[in-house]
Amino acid sequence: MAGVRDLTVELGGTTALAGISVEVPPGEVTALVGGDGAGKTTLLRAMLGRVAASRGTVDVPPAARIGYEPSTSGVWPTLTVQENVEFVGAAYGMSDGAVRSRADELLTTAGIADARTRLGRDLSGGMRQKLGFCLAMQHSPDLLLLDEPSTGVDPVSRIELWRLVTAAAQGGAAVLMTTTYLDEAERAATVVALQDGEVLAAGDPATVVDAVPGTVSVSDSPPGDGRTWRRGRTFHTWTPADGEVPGRAVTPDLEDSLVALTLARTEETR
Amino acid sequence: MRAMIVKEFRELRRDRRTVAMLVALPLLMLVIFGYAANFTVDELKVAVVGDQAEQAEQQITEQIPADAPATLDLVDVDPDATAADARDQLQDDHVDLAILTGEATETDDGRPTVLIDGSNLFAAQSASVLVAQLGDRVDSEILYNPDLETSWVMVPAIIGLILTFIGTIITSIGLVREREAGTLEQLAVMPLSPTSVVLGKITPYFLLACFDMVLVTLLGVWLFGVPFNGSVLLFAVGAAIFLFAVLGIGVLISTVSQTTGQAVQVALMTMLPQILLSGMIFPLDAMAAGVRWIGYVLPLTWFVELSQGVMLRGAGWDSLWLPVAILAVMATVVFGVAVLRLRRDIAPAKAAR
Repeated sequence: MAGVRDLTVELGGTTALAGISVEVPPGEVTALVGGDGAGKTTLLRAMLGRVAASRGTVDVPPAARIGYEPSTSGVWPTLTVQENVEFVGAAYGMSDGAVRSRADELLTTAGIADARTRLGRDLSGGMRQKLGFCLAMQHSPDLLLLDEPSTGVDPVSRIELWRLVTAAAQGGAAVLMTTTYLDEAERAATVVALQDGEVLAAGDPATVVDAVPGTVSVSDSPPGDGRTWRRGRTFHTWTPADGEVPGRAVTPDLEDSLVALTLARTEETR
Repeated sequence: MRAMIVKEFRELRRDRRTVAMLVALPLLMLVIFGYAANFTVDELKVAVVGDQAEQAEQQITEQIPADAPATLDLVDVDPDATAADARDQLQDDHVDLAILTGEATETDDGRPTVLIDGSNLFAAQSASVLVAQLGDRVDSEILYNPDLETSWVMVPAIIGLILTFIGTIITSIGLVREREAGTLEQLAVMPLSPTSVVLGKITPYFLLACFDMVLVTLLGVWLFGVPFNGSVLLFAVGAAIFLFAVLGIGVLISTVSQTTGQAVQVALMTMLPQILLSGMIFPLDAMAAGVRWIGYVLPLTWFVELSQGVMLRGAGWDSLWLPVAILAVMATVVFGVAVLRLRRDIAPAKAAR
């Protein structure tokens, strides 16, 4: 199975990943969540062999069996959609016929088949990300690494993109995608939350929610103890196991859980 | 407004290259224009041949007027040498003019003949003035560029300038664009070997530059009537080697630049001294020694030497082996370092030891 074990990566003197283990099972989507600088992209780059591991092992299929979409989408701006597809197909050693039929299938599913003659740079953000996904999927890889494929994409395109990702997993690929949208991560089979290069929580979304210590509660006005965050019009508060809970206790969703886990972790290390 | 000024200075300080340009450019300009910008060649290298060579030498030393536009450096005085030897010396660019005396002279009445190398435009102009002052006492002939056409001297040099432009600016932009768009990373993770990525990336620019070189050479010969007297093979080999050197500079620039703007900035900084100090505009012989050596470390200088030698003087391998050899060394070093750096950018990371 693809993944990393006890992986430590040091970048310019700082520890970007501190001995983490992540498994990416085939046929499933694994979502990698975490704040900025948590180490999400570094993990993908380590799996791609772009940064060296100081310790631990990286287990991935050969380069020809990996598909990767960088956060910049990886689309060549001065090539048309069709030329992008042709170049990537050729680079992965696909025959012209295979490139054509695969591109038809993917571009149609992604809803960008009509844009074949448009230049990469003229595509909207959402279309470019979808094309980036098609390029990564082009050669039907065994391991699909997607770096924030949905960032900056409108809600409708996000739904379509997610449909593509799910379809890829159903086709047998092991999918590892980073995201900052937790509603999206909630749909993944496994969520891995990173913070400061360490795994904060991992498992299916329900397991991650169960792992939250203490209580999450909702109130209409801020209780004001520094463990409160705002969501919409309400205030959510995390209280450690022995504390007094302000407002109404709720079962946290993934977003609440991750905030609560982060707070718990911060208090623990303090 | 004060906040704005402080912010601007802070940003400028971070942009080291702009700071370098602000400091280096004025200094460079001053030094170049001060010491290099000089069209007048005031020392001419002379060969004197024929059986009256020694008398002529004496006469030259005594009779050249003190207010002459140039002094003569008698590099070779040989009574046994013939007119053909003198022409060889001129072709090989060992001397700027040759004086044929006695038996060797080409006049009927025994007056000495002065042969002037017209491919060194400014030296030839100084020599012409000098010969004119001597009046009827000598007969003169300007070789290689009898009308002292500026275009004949400039076109071979401009071929080099165009190749430098394509090799340096266009290549570095092409490579940096890939980095800027984030697609270099994409290439790096594809199952392509770093070598094939590097070669695949550079080959189109090499071919384009070759095409341009042929086009400009043919057009220059056709439009300006510039002669092509020498070996096409020698020219092609020299130009190809020169192209590797300038492509190498372009690749090197791309490996130290993150954006197109930065690449263009650095490329221009390498272009400017090449244009001004390669001898294509200001003759190297007229430059102060302190800046002349800069000219000799620039590839364009050697290409100009080669192209003018082949096209105008019809010089061959025996006299142009030096520029070819120097260009070959420059090409190997620059191109080698550039490709290694680029390869390092896209090769998989090595595990730390």
